[in-house]
Amino acid sequence: MSDAVIDKTPSLAKPDGWNRPPVIEPDGEGELLEVAMGPHHPSTHGVFRMDVALDGERVIRLKPVFGYLHRNHEKIAEGASYLASMPYTDRLDYFCSMTNNWAYALAVEKLTGQEVPERAEYIRVITAELTRVQNHASAIGFLLQEMGASGTPLMYAFREREKILDLFEALSGSRMMCNYMRFGGCRVDVSTAWLDAARKVVAGLPGFVDEIDRFLTSNEIIMARCQGVGILKPELAVNAGISGPMLRASGVNYDIRKVDHYGIYDRFKFRVPLGDHGDIYDRYMVRMLEVRESIKILEQALKEIPGGPIMDPKAKIRGFRPKPGEAYGRIEAPKGELGFYLISDGTPNPYRYRVRPPSLINLTALEDMTLGQNVADVVLIFGSVDIVLGEVDR
Amino acid sequence: MSLTMEAVKSAIESAVPGAGVELVTNPSPSGQHWLRLDAAHAFQVATFVRDTLGFDYLSNATGVDWPDKEIAEKVKVTRSVTKTVDGVEQTVEETVEETRKRTEPGYLEVVYHLFSVAKREGPLVLKLRTVNRSDQIELPSLTPIWRAAEFQEREVFDLYGIVFTGHPDLRRLLMWEGFKDHPMRRDYVEPDDFEYEPTAHDEVLARVTARQQTGAGQ
Repeated sequence: MSDAVIDKTPSLAKPDGWNRPPVIEPDGEGELLEVAMGPHHPSTHGVFRMDVALDGERVIRLKPVFGYLHRNHEKIAEGASYLASMPYTDRLDYFCSMTNNWAYALAVEKLTGQEVPERAEYIRVITAELTRVQNHASAIGFLLQEMGASGTPLMYAFREREKILDLFEALSGSRMMCNYMRFGGCRVDVSTAWLDAARKVVAGLPGFVDEIDRFLTSNEIIMARCQGVGILKPELAVNAGISGPMLRASGVNYDIRKVDHYGIYDRFKFRVPLGDHGDIYDRYMVRMLEVRESIKILEQALKEIPGGPIMDPKAKIRGFRPKPGEAYGRIEAPKGELGFYLISDGTPNPYRYRVRPPSLINLTALEDMTLGQNVADVVLIFGSVDIVLGEVDR
Repeated sequence: MSLTMEAVKSAIESAVPGAGVELVTNPSPSGQHWLRLDAAHAFQVATFVRDTLGFDYLSNATGVDWPDKEIAEKVKVTRSVTKTVDGVEQTVEETVEETRKRTEPGYLEVVYHLFSVAKREGPLVLKLRTVNRSDQIELPSLTPIWRAAEFQEREVFDLYGIVFTGHPDLRRLLMWEGFKDHPMRRDYVEPDDFEYEPTAHDEVLARVTARQQTGAGQ
């Protein structure tokens, strides 16, 4: 393979200098190697390809290739009624169906101006924070799996995740495809027994985090492989629209729960963990600390949850037709900013239905993070982004 | 949002002379009004919005298709009609209601949702339109200003067919290379043959080989 294969002159607009990934020149020794990592690579969490150009072990170009799981979710939703898309949002990020439901419900509520009863808000917070805990736990488990800690940490994470999924199953009838929230509330009420079970699960969570901390956080191998690898600068992170734990690991204090005050998040006391260096280790630590903060929110919410209705009494289930207009609603999903942009033309179907997928947009800076790193670290950097392909390709 | 849309509009107008900025009211309870920019000044305006107004975070960029609309209107028309009244021919003014059809030309639209991380403001909604849906479909790319638009503009190009001038890497994002149509357009018709997928045979193989030899493209 010759140099000619590598597209060395991308002829990019560079108004800022750091707006584009730097062009790395090969050192001139040996041959360049093009590797297609994926679509069936164990580290890609699904079907995803990275076209990597290697100079020895060093990555000098990386282009992500998407679309293997594309089913045009947005087009399908434009042909269905508003409510009919609710179960389909579960399939976006299939780890976090509760937060997907919430983001969509929030956008529709903004479009129609519906109010959500207090009890439903509490249930939403509880389910969303449980989702965050199990998502971060499995994200950390997968990251360690890719680091070579084959199986054990992931199974520890999945043990906690199963407890939370059991709660979801008891509540909604399904472990992962919950289809639980509705415009103006939730589908079914939680029982006292469920709340007790949830309290029990939440009481066990700090032990799990301590355990992971004790075994892994100061582990020598993890520190050697994660610290200083895959650094993302805060300026680039903001400019590239990175969101969620990725953005905060770069030291940018931007948590939509704190910024937008959606739902009832301003009632709870919790802090926003921030990273210093923006490397893989910071992303790992931010996720660990976010789990601890989520536990705090869960404890408060489970203590304070009031009685009352769970649906807006004025909410219309049949013949749901929002007035013409548009709305963009967003929440802090475990993976980042999940937004829904809806345009209504007064018919039962949305005229435009758009998902702002955090997983896809967090990959914008993947090339910048990986350039100049070893190919073995690409797997780790990619794993630290924490994506789900169902949301990337939609 | 502490900065009102009117204030943003007037700030833009004073900073970028000649920029066409139109404030459009959103009738929905969400109250997210938007600014419609003209394509010629959009890049300048966006630079100003980022650097001076501080909207450093582009959250969402997406397309909307507005096809040609046929509008049926009832118009009252007065015309002179020759009538025979009592055996005498007379010219009488008569008002008739007629249904007339006119076609409103369609266009493609890009929507940007901007936020400010530093000032915690937003959303500021900017919209750009193409001239029509067939041949004049170029719009300036905002990727050089907000990198976040890179994949999203590629997606809009892929699914709506809007060509972003100045985009550093405008390729299809989700559909495969060689796919012809733009599936998110309202008038897109799905093909009968769902089995088709490009495989490395015959002409596809020849094209791939040619590309590898010249080193062109991705």
